[in-house]
Amino acid sequence: MSLKPLDVHFKVHLDLKKIELYEMGWNLKDGLRECLVAAAPYGGPISLLKGHNRRSPSARPQLEIYSSSGLPLASFPWKSGVVKQLGWTVSDDLLCVQEDGTVLVYDLLGGFKRHFSMGNEVSQSQVLETKIFHSPYGTGVAILTGALRFTLATNIDDIKLRRLPEVPGLQGAPSCWAVLTQDRQSKVLLANGSHLFILDNTACTPVTPPGLSPQASSIVHMCDSFSYKYLALLTDSGHVWMGTSNLKEKLSEVDTKIKTPPKQMAWCRRPKSQQPSAVVMWDGLLIVVGECKETIQYHLDDDSILVPELDGVRIISGTHHELLQEVPGACEEIFKIASMAPGALLLEAHKEYEKESQKADEYLREIKEQSLLSEAVRQCVEAAGHEHEPETQKTLLRAASFGKCFLSNFPPEQFVSMCRDLRVLNAVRDYTVGIPLTHTQFKQMTVQVLIDRLVYRKLYPLAIEICRYLKTPEYQGVSRVLKHWACYKVQQKEESDEVIAKAVSVKLADAAGISYSEIATKAYESGRTELAIKLLEFEPRSGEQVPLLLKIKKSPLALSKAIESGDTDLVYTVVMYLKNELNRGDFFMMLRNQPVALSLYKQFCKHQEQDTLKDLFNQDDDHEELGNLYVKASYKEQRLEARIALLQSAVDEYYKAKNEFSAKTTEDEMRLLRFQRELEEKKGELLVGFSLHDTMTTLLSVGLHKQAEQLYKDFRVPDKRFWWLKLKSLAEKEDWEELEKFGKSKKSPIGYLPFVEVCIKHHNKYEAKKYVSKVTPEQKVKAHLAVGDMEGAAEAAIERRNESEISTVLSRCSATTDHLLMERLNRAKATAVKK
Amino acid sequence: MAHTERRDAPGLPDFSLLKRLARDQLIFLLEQLPGKKDLFIDADLMSPLDRIANVTILKQHEVDKLYKVELKPIVSSSDQLCFLIRPRIQTVKWISDLVNSDKVAGRFRRYKIIFTPQKFYACETVLEEQGVYGDVTTDEWNFYILPLDDDILSLELPEFFRDNFLEGDQRWVTTAGSALHLLQSVYGSFSKVYGIGRCAKMVYESWRELMEEGEQRTRQPEFAKVFLIDRDVDFVTPLCSQVVYEGLVDDIFRIKCGSVEFGPDVTSSDKSIKVMLNSQDKVFDEIRNEHFSNVFGFLSQKAKNLQTAYDKRRGMDIQQMKAFVADELKGLKQEHRLLSLHIGASESMMKKKTKQDFQELLKTEHSLLEGFEIRECITHIEEHINRQVSMIDSLRLLCLLSITENGLLSKDYKSLKAQYLQSYGIEHLLTFANLRQLGLLEEQQAGETLTVMESKVGKLVTDKTVGKLTDAFSSLAKKSNFRALSKRLALVPKSGEEYDLRVPRDMAYVFSGAYIPLSCKLIEQVMERDGWTGLEEVARMLNGQEFAVTGGCSSSEARNKTDAQRIVLVMFLGGCTYSEISALQFLGKERGCRFIVVTTAITNSARLLEALLDNGASV
Repeated sequence: MSLKPLDVHFKVHLDLKKIELYEMGWNLKDGLRECLVAAAPYGGPISLLKGHNRRSPSARPQLEIYSSSGLPLASFPWKSGVVKQLGWTVSDDLLCVQEDGTVLVYDLLGGFKRHFSMGNEVSQSQVLETKIFHSPYGTGVAILTGALRFTLATNIDDIKLRRLPEVPGLQGAPSCWAVLTQDRQSKVLLANGSHLFILDNTACTPVTPPGLSPQASSIVHMCDSFSYKYLALLTDSGHVWMGTSNLKEKLSEVDTKIKTPPKQMAWCRRPKSQQPSAVVMWDGLLIVVGECKETIQYHLDDDSILVPELDGVRIISGTHHELLQEVPGACEEIFKIASMAPGALLLEAHKEYEKESQKADEYLREIKEQSLLSEAVRQCVEAAGHEHEPETQKTLLRAASFGKCFLSNFPPEQFVSMCRDLRVLNAVRDYTVGIPLTHTQFKQMTVQVLIDRLVYRKLYPLAIEICRYLKTPEYQGVSRVLKHWACYKVQQKEESDEVIAKAVSVKLADAAGISYSEIATKAYESGRTELAIKLLEFEPRSGEQVPLLLKIKKSPLALSKAIESGDTDLVYTVVMYLKNELNRGDFFMMLRNQPVALSLYKQFCKHQEQDTLKDLFNQDDDHEELGNLYVKASYKEQRLEARIALLQSAVDEYYKAKNEFSAKTTEDEMRLLRFQRELEEKKGELLVGFSLHDTMTTLLSVGLHKQAEQLYKDFRVPDKRFWWLKLKSLAEKEDWEELEKFGKSKKSPIGYLPFVEVCIKHHNKYEAKKYVSKVTPEQKVKAHLAVGDMEGAAEAAIERRNESEISTVLSRCSATTDHLLMERLNRAKATAVKK
Repeated sequence: MAHTERRDAPGLPDFSLLKRLARDQLIFLLEQLPGKKDLFIDADLMSPLDRIANVTILKQHEVDKLYKVELKPIVSSSDQLCFLIRPRIQTVKWISDLVNSDKVAGRFRRYKIIFTPQKFYACETVLEEQGVYGDVTTDEWNFYILPLDDDILSLELPEFFRDNFLEGDQRWVTTAGSALHLLQSVYGSFSKVYGIGRCAKMVYESWRELMEEGEQRTRQPEFAKVFLIDRDVDFVTPLCSQVVYEGLVDDIFRIKCGSVEFGPDVTSSDKSIKVMLNSQDKVFDEIRNEHFSNVFGFLSQKAKNLQTAYDKRRGMDIQQMKAFVADELKGLKQEHRLLSLHIGASESMMKKKTKQDFQELLKTEHSLLEGFEIRECITHIEEHINRQVSMIDSLRLLCLLSITENGLLSKDYKSLKAQYLQSYGIEHLLTFANLRQLGLLEEQQAGETLTVMESKVGKLVTDKTVGKLTDAFSSLAKKSNFRALSKRLALVPKSGEEYDLRVPRDMAYVFSGAYIPLSCKLIEQVMERDGWTGLEEVARMLNGQEFAVTGGCSSSEARNKTDAQRIVLVMFLGGCTYSEISALQFLGKERGCRFIVVTTAITNSARLLEALLDNGASV
């Protein structure tokens, strides 16, 4: 390596440092020459496709995937079409864009996931150039076709292809182009000679960057910054123009004095930095341009690639992996030679303290006098975050901790979380893991995403350790990792179902919020149905088991689980599913064994499918219910014949059910209906549908006594009912003569008290009195009272010597008129009590 | 009044919060469909809705016209239709037809269905089968509980009873569980849960699952204990004629959603008046739990007091008069109005109830409860049927007879049933089938047929399945054991003793001293024993399924005699009667605690039996 890395501070208006991240673990014969290379940002994996230009089938190109430290993750011969471009998605998936516009997606361990096409137009005119970009909506693919048209997909997980408008006057491939994300839209910026155009969904707009030096006749390279905020253009005259990507403002322009087209250009800038700086790379040469005229130059021995990052640029060569970044403010303050910044003084103080020198106190005093101690601690902590060497980190943190002792209420959170973060960062930066994240990047990507990345790499133990260490809530942390682990585990073909199920249950036993059904689904998807069922048994929520059980066609189990869950809705779901899935016979059989499901389904049928209900009862030989069903259907029927026919079916069913009573009653009803109809036709009285009682009432009220008598005989109406009926209807018509005749026709089965009461009800005291004498002795008092004959009542009561009856009469007497009577009664009461 | 409030009675939580929650959610849902819209409301949701959000509020949220769902073609010119319905297949089908006919007519509208309290998969299936799933948006209005009064909460789900106990459709179980969960999340967790009945157990399970899923909040609980009880544990109580004022008003005038409509015979004018019956009505609040025989005396006393208050005016100087008009007159006027209404109602009830028929009805009921002169009762019931006195009352007496006597003798059963069918028509064959299924009206079997069958089946299949089978048959196998229960729990006081209804000595006063409601007695016993110990035999006779669980609260907290510890939440699954509420209030006053009643709906004998009719209208 031609450069001395580490801690070399260049003072050329720009403080840069270059850190060696790894010595690459791979063993590449030709370095990166003639390779298609793609490295994912945030210290992601690197993919190489060697010899991608070879078209002969005998020598297939090899696709290799490595970690950032060069450890092999996957390698396989490329069997598909010619690859134009490799790229990584935000979730660490590898995209391989082929000449025909097909994009193949692999996971980072080389497993094929899926493929998609960029459209017919692309496959017809072939891919000329392609760029993979990241936006807030995900990872996108932009393609320039052979027909010089652009096609764009902003998010490969939700592909919506957009074909951008034509560029006027474009004869050949544009000299360079880039994808910008502006105003929540992805646009293409392209240069055709010295002309710049912005292509969006609707239009192609020519633009001019402000203050671009006029000597340029063509723009040969361009790149936008990590955040899409800034843009750098390189002209054929060797000038680098830097400005905002909306082309409103120019930041600087620098002459590189090299006129050959570069290999790559990238921004090298940390967030919130005021200074623009870009890196341009030629064969063997790297130039950093900034605000001023001078440039910094590095020599490169080897073919390299630049990987832009949020806060710098990574340079990967065949042997080394370095990070070039602007020196963070805090580090500069502390490590600047002869710095008097509080952080630097504190570091010095701590060094002296370690040496047990009293100078420590002097330094401390100096800081304290300016009351900058908390600032000093803060600086040290921050600087520690930016350092890659654990030793330097430790030194700085120790100094911070030392300074903290002299502060009373300094909030500890910052220090504590930095210690934690660094521990995690050092762990993932380790050579074997190979994720060289900076602290800034780590904060941007969040712990969750880091855990995901570790999970993609199947580094489960490390991921769990980190979750536990950072005390991530179980649901987002340990449980999530374990779930991924289990999903991976169930795909291991070589182990038996029992072993896997056991392993999974043991590991996941005490983890909260684990969904076994998800794991089981994974097992089922990889063709292990038995294992899926085994795993489902661990699922404590029966409701969760149901959908998968249905999917794997374990319907009886699904049904019983649904019932177990007590969630009727779920039972319905299963029942409806089964209804469509099974043939009717099997379906009914299954329902038969599940009374809950059966009654639910019956409810549904009652409203939706009456006929099905009949079939259900038929299958169960439930003749009783069938009979009921027919009866119910009968009174919805308007036409009499149909009604009688339905009742006949009911009768048959009742006989089959050995329910003589219902059968007989229904037969009676049929007879009654016929009778009613006949009378209706003859006499014009509305009768059909009346109950027997109501029919007789009607008949009596219109004077059809004979017919009423006939019903009385035919239907074995009890005497009592008939007497009541006749009594009431005669009284209603005030046919007192007939009533008297009726009363004398034979001995009344209901006694004569009702006669008295009914007459009184119709306000005929005279008639009522006629019957009082006929009333049985027990009811005499009541009868006398009913007609208002106090004397008679008293007489009867005294005669019967019944205390309660005497009291009743007494209570009805009024003190003014019945004075004598009351005396008599009281006397009688006294004797009755004595007895 | 007869019993005064104990001074240490605990205060009640503020349930109006539930109303506010429901209102806010409804408004949010209505705003999801911006612009003018017509709102169709299920008939039985009208009154509850009115208690949550009145027409003015609805209009404020761009509801144009309001319609009742009548399952008929509609006349609406609006381009946006919103349906606020219970999740019933029938209604959803009607909406689907409506959408389809609009489609045929080439009419474009937006449709939104708001299911309350929740939507069921079956409803969505109907939408799908009718091909309108994509045309309609659906939402849920989680309106689980309507506070009818300070201490009465109702789910307003009358169909709970039939669906759950007759049809075996358990879909409302989760609703009841969610209602409890809602109470818990608003008012804090309970220290102990007791329950009896299959449904109660399922509701508890569903509630427990919700508790486990949701986050645990530790806050000062506002209730201590919960008691869940299935309606089918005690059918006797709701079948008895109610004689406590509020119950009687319900029996005669039918209280709907906490308000009653008094007809012209009560208001002594030609108009009907709708009156809210709750503790806001001071006159009503004092008589609601009184035996009817005391009410008149109370009201006349009250009238006298009122007169005295009015009379104060005489001899007042101008200043006093001014103060009187400003402070008291309005209150007096209000009281006057209410008083005259209740007097009118009492008179009207008195007219009906002092008739001989009613007296004999009560006598028969009491004889049945006592198990005394059964033959005469049967004769009376027979006469009742033959004279077509009342379809529901006859049925009620038949059921009461069957339950208290453990089923009817085969001869009686056949003859009474035949006579009933002659009186009211053959369609009641189905009613009888339903009653038998519920164990309300049965024929005595020669020997223990079912048990024999069970043991036969038991030999064929495993124990677990037997358990399930027994569950399935439980309603069939149900023996009411009323006599034995009555003896063990002393439900029926010894006859002959005078019972002074003015000074009630136990809960029996709600039935004129003839019977202590079984449900309330159970609650009293379990609360007293803090569990089911010593009640095993009783529970067995009631078909078991009893449970007692210590809830989320720590026991040390439970020992604190805070107010909350003396508030008991009683949930009736399948409805409860006003008499039961009165009995519980009485019990609470005796024991210095408060009972809050949560019920799926307020019921009485007529509603209970009407739910089981199967005539043409109800299908």
